[in-house]
Amino acid sequence: MGIGTYLALASVLFGIGASGFLVRRNMLIQLMSIELMLNSVNVVLLAFNRAYPANHDGQVFAFFVIAVAAAEAAVGLAILIAYYRIKKTLDTDDATLLKY
Amino acid sequence: MTGLGATLFVVTAIFAMAGALITISARRPLRAAIGLLVHIISLAGMFLTLNAHLLAVLQLLVYAGAIVVLFVFVIMLIGPAAEVGPIEGRVASRTLSIALTIAVVLAVATSVAYVDAPWGPVSDEFGTVEGLGMAIYSQALVPFEVISITLLVAVIGAIAVARSRTE
Repeated sequence: MGIGTYLALASVLFGIGASGFLVRRNMLIQLMSIELMLNSVNVVLLAFNRAYPANHDGQVFAFFVIAVAAAEAAVGLAILIAYYRIKKTLDTDDATLLKY
Repeated sequence: MTGLGATLFVVTAIFAMAGALITISARRPLRAAIGLLVHIISLAGMFLTLNAHLLAVLQLLVYAGAIVVLFVFVIMLIGPAAEVGPIEGRVASRTLSIALTIAVVLAVATSVAYVDAPWGPVSDEFGTVEGLGMAIYSQALVPFEVISITLLVAVIGAIAVARSRTE
């Protein structure tokens, strides 16, 4: 049990989030998958900071990642609502507004 | 790492992976949101094993308290249309994408699983409100102010994008 366990777990969580983003067509689920990926990055930052605890750099980075994730969720859900108002669906396969 | 920390890590890791899998596999978005909530709370517990006490609290406040609630509000606003039909079509590309993801994850996970950095002792204030607060306000003061402006811009942008059109 050491830093390698945390890194392996974080990569598995990142892979779950990435495959969810790639496979699902529901825009809400894709936004949740982005949150999964951001969370796994936080695990890596905190694990390295715990291994090298001379300063707080990793935790400061994780703090900013959480703040940016909050901003991203707010803007992403606003875009989702605007998209739903136009298309009446959340299916990303129908998202062709900028295509033609 | 003491035995208690290892036990907490194993439990939170299992719950975090289960929550993530529920999130990406649930048909209904509300169940996915609950899976995301389980994932986030488990990660907050895992942060405690890494001596990140303030970030565990922030994880609960910001993610579980704000982001998941925001998702649930949007699901409630959209209603039954939030559910998209079953996955169909383009089976080849979807299978290829998930296979590539699994391959990359296996390669990375097996190569980093044996990285061994010593878990040295930490000072008493490592990761507490005092320690992390001093680090943020002394080394990262300018980024801290910039992130507040970023959040303000995000709030204004979200209102501008999501409000109903009146013209």
